Amino acid sequence: MSQSAARRTPAPPEGTYLGMPRFPVAAKGALGNTQLRKNLRHATGVIRAKRGRVVAEVDRWEELRVAGAAIKDRTQRHLDSYLLQFEAAMTAAGGHVHWARDAAEANQIIVELVRAQGADEVVKVKSMATQEIDMNEALEAAGIAAWETDLAELIVQLGHDRPSHILVPAIHRNRSEVREIFLTEMGTYGTPPPADLTDDPAELAGAARRHLREKFLRASVAISGANFAVAETGTLVVVESEGNGRMCLTLPDTLISVVGIEKVVPTFADLEVFLQLLPRSSTGERMNPYTTMWTGVTPGDGPQNVHVVLIDNGRTEVLADPSGRAALRCIRCSACLNICPVYERVGGHAYGSVYPGPIGAVLTPQLRGTDSAIDRSLPYASTLCGACFEVCPVRIPIPDMLVHMRKRVVEAKHGDTTPHAESLMMKAGSWLFGDARRLAMAQKAAGLGRRIMPDSVSHLGPLPPPLARWANARDLPMPPTESFRSWWARERGGSSR
Amino acid sequence: MSATRELILERIRVAVADLPRTADAVADVPVPWAYGEATPMPDVVERFVERVEDYRAVVDRCTATTVASRLSAIVREHNVGSVVVPAGAPQDWAAALAEVAVVRRDDPVLSHAELNEVGAVVTGARVGIAETGTIVLDHGPDQGRRALSLVPDVHLCVIRADQVVSDVPEAVAVLTSSMAARSPQTWISGPSATSDIELDRVEGVHGPRTLVVLLVE
Amino acid sequence: MTALSTDPAQAARPGTGLRVALFATCINDTMFPQTPKAVVTLLERLGCTVDFPMAQTCCGQMFTNTGYFDEALPTVRAYVDAFAGYDYVVGPSGSCIGSVREQHPMLAAHSGDTGLAAQVAKAVAASYDLSEFLVDVLKVTDVGAYFPHRVTYHSTCHSIRVAKVGDRPYQLLRAVRGIDLVPLEGADQCCGFGGTFSVKNPDVSVAMGADKARRVMDTGAEYLVAGDNSCLMHVGGLLHRMRSGVKPIHLAEILAQTGEGL
Repeated sequence: MSQSAARRTPAPPEGTYLGMPRFPVAAKGALGNTQLRKNLRHATGVIRAKRGRVVAEVDRWEELRVAGAAIKDRTQRHLDSYLLQFEAAMTAAGGHVHWARDAAEANQIIVELVRAQGADEVVKVKSMATQEIDMNEALEAAGIAAWETDLAELIVQLGHDRPSHILVPAIHRNRSEVREIFLTEMGTYGTPPPADLTDDPAELAGAARRHLREKFLRASVAISGANFAVAETGTLVVVESEGNGRMCLTLPDTLISVVGIEKVVPTFADLEVFLQLLPRSSTGERMNPYTTMWTGVTPGDGPQNVHVVLIDNGRTEVLADPSGRAALRCIRCSACLNICPVYERVGGHAYGSVYPGPIGAVLTPQLRGTDSAIDRSLPYASTLCGACFEVCPVRIPIPDMLVHMRKRVVEAKHGDTTPHAESLMMKAGSWLFGDARRLAMAQKAAGLGRRIMPDSVSHLGPLPPPLARWANARDLPMPPTESFRSWWARERGGSSR
Repeated sequence: MSATRELILERIRVAVADLPRTADAVADVPVPWAYGEATPMPDVVERFVERVEDYRAVVDRCTATTVASRLSAIVREHNVGSVVVPAGAPQDWAAALAEVAVVRRDDPVLSHAELNEVGAVVTGARVGIAETGTIVLDHGPDQGRRALSLVPDVHLCVIRADQVVSDVPEAVAVLTSSMAARSPQTWISGPSATSDIELDRVEGVHGPRTLVVLLVE
Repeated sequence: MTALSTDPAQAARPGTGLRVALFATCINDTMFPQTPKAVVTLLERLGCTVDFPMAQTCCGQMFTNTGYFDEALPTVRAYVDAFAGYDYVVGPSGSCIGSVREQHPMLAAHSGDTGLAAQVAKAVAASYDLSEFLVDVLKVTDVGAYFPHRVTYHSTCHSIRVAKVGDRPYQLLRAVRGIDLVPLEGADQCCGFGGTFSVKNPDVSVAMGADKARRVMDTGAEYLVAGDNSCLMHVGGLLHRMRSGVKPIHLAEILAQTGEGL
């Protein structure tokens, strides 16, 4: 209790991502939340339709996807050179480049930079990288308040909540929930909302504008991520909608950008590809309202003390896996989340990561490894329906990569001391299906079972384990009295072989 | 932290050791894309107007001789007490605006608090993008520093029809020189907006809630 | 009952002279023998000579998709052994044919056995989903079928996104006499089966399947048709539990019916 009283910012929920239950367990909880399912169905439906419309307008969409993937692949293959080129260009433009191998190192650098300014608060642009390293809590522990300024991130922060979507972190909340959060929490941390606040989104956005304006005008340090880092020029790019990004990138005197090493693109010209792919894929707009590009320090315009922290935090591990490295093409558009039928039904929290949905299911276990129960369950959190690949603007073969990650989970299980039931079943199945004669014998046994059942039974209802998982809600058709193979042998006398 | 820098670079080199690499990254991984090409469309300027209006921004079509009077008329309509004009903007803009509002010139530089009291801003632009309804500022003398076009609630942006190109690739080509000069860029597509609550689009959060594009033909 | 005016015996027999190996698939062989029987009826009616190589077992995707690549390899070997020498291998499953096409080469590469990789490449080139074989090889869409019922079609993810059969099943269904083909809202969205997904994530699987089943019921169809019995088993199991009265049926079984002998 005394600890929470000393906090500067709203406390996030208890527990850690890694301590979360396996995906199926968390998903079951989410499925039971009818409000959540309603919010998600509505939101994903709206954004899918918008994306579909604006993508259909672009004649060369497939060519853009191929180009986007190729640019990212080129960058990956020569990532060391491009990072050095970026560093040299940004340094020449008056910026400072820092390197961090992991979250702890990145947070240490950031805390030192903020302290060097004598600041005890920062304003933040929405950034996946800062979420990934849990920067806000590291700053809080150092006595520095990090204020989220994106509307959805503000809703999440004030709601003592976690983000559930890459692009729309509060997608799981509806307007009346947002109103409640604002009325209860906003006044504790700054300008309060009007007492007669309604749940009209425009009014809620207006309350956020007033609440944050004083923080923007006051702050001396801002922290951002970046959507792209241009190697050729040393330029950073932030793509946003609300103008909170512009406020943070323009008004404070010190700007610290936390950027994953995979965010680099070779040239400014390459942005013509990504600035067409990203907005249409993410918000379903022809262009997002605001994009800011800055190259080091511009005298008399914007921050005069400019830093970038380049983070590895597992990315070089991903790069080292030939079947996994395509995940580093990701430009965090969230189209795969919006199209995913699994995500639509369970939302982002069940994925136990800042990266939910299909891309999270392949990226998270690559970044964090496959030791925890949640990380082992993520590659299986998909039907492999393939819709994610179809919408991915950089053609990440997510279904193939999920299968590849399942193999890595299986290999990790082999390292466990006790054998798993699934491994034993798969071994037995492999023996059975590896030889047609064995399969035929098993089919005969099943047919025998069928013949002792009354003919009136066409389906099996609820069953004991292990079939219970299938049959709790689905009837199972009775196996036939005779397999096709056996019918063929009887009727046609077998084939030439 | 140079040890970390060397460590990360070495990890990268080991990670991609299975991929053939020469000194020529461009040749190693071809990108099948023709850069800088125009997107075919019947009428670039008409498409620009249609797409800007799609964002619920206002397009006001005028001529070189009427732009100053249109600026003052629009500022009067919005009933803002004061307007900031970049130091390098045409003299006749300020003169016309002075008839309807207090004109601030950002010279000497206005503080954040002073800027926050200003009702509107008038800027030029570097390039317009028809397909996406975007205006791009590279913050040249007629556009001013980035904060000017951000903090006031009404943004009047003057762009000539001959500055409008078909699509993003042509715009990037035009902007290459300002990128080489390390100028910052702000790409603006409609007023500030959010869809964070139930994916319901709301115009106006932190940036200017009103965007008027004056198209000079 | 009256015979149809179109006599299938007199209709074009575009398969004449073609020898076709039927890949029944393990699930059809074991659980849904009526489907491969229908394929035999249909292809023989179109003039093909149909073989059923007894050495065949399974495409192996239940192993592959669960992450057990080594365990999948015996099925890959069984597939190339069973179908060696055939120019046409036809399976009534977009999912299993898709797995042969997309996963067998990957598994062969994983095994490091270059001989197997070469055999796989040949087998892949010869493998067709039933709808592809009919439309692309035999070049027929009207197969002389008669099915006087209201039917709705679920495209199944692996048929459209892995095997990429496109609208071929629609072309075939539209040409069926007497059929009342009604559109299914969200037909391209996954039904939630997903192989091992259906047992590893039963709650999400059922939630997805229940949404699909409700949309099927909304069409008022008597039959739900698809090119994959695995998806039909899942959605059909929910439709049966819901006492909907909607019957799952494989595309081959509709195409095999001519109204003869009714």
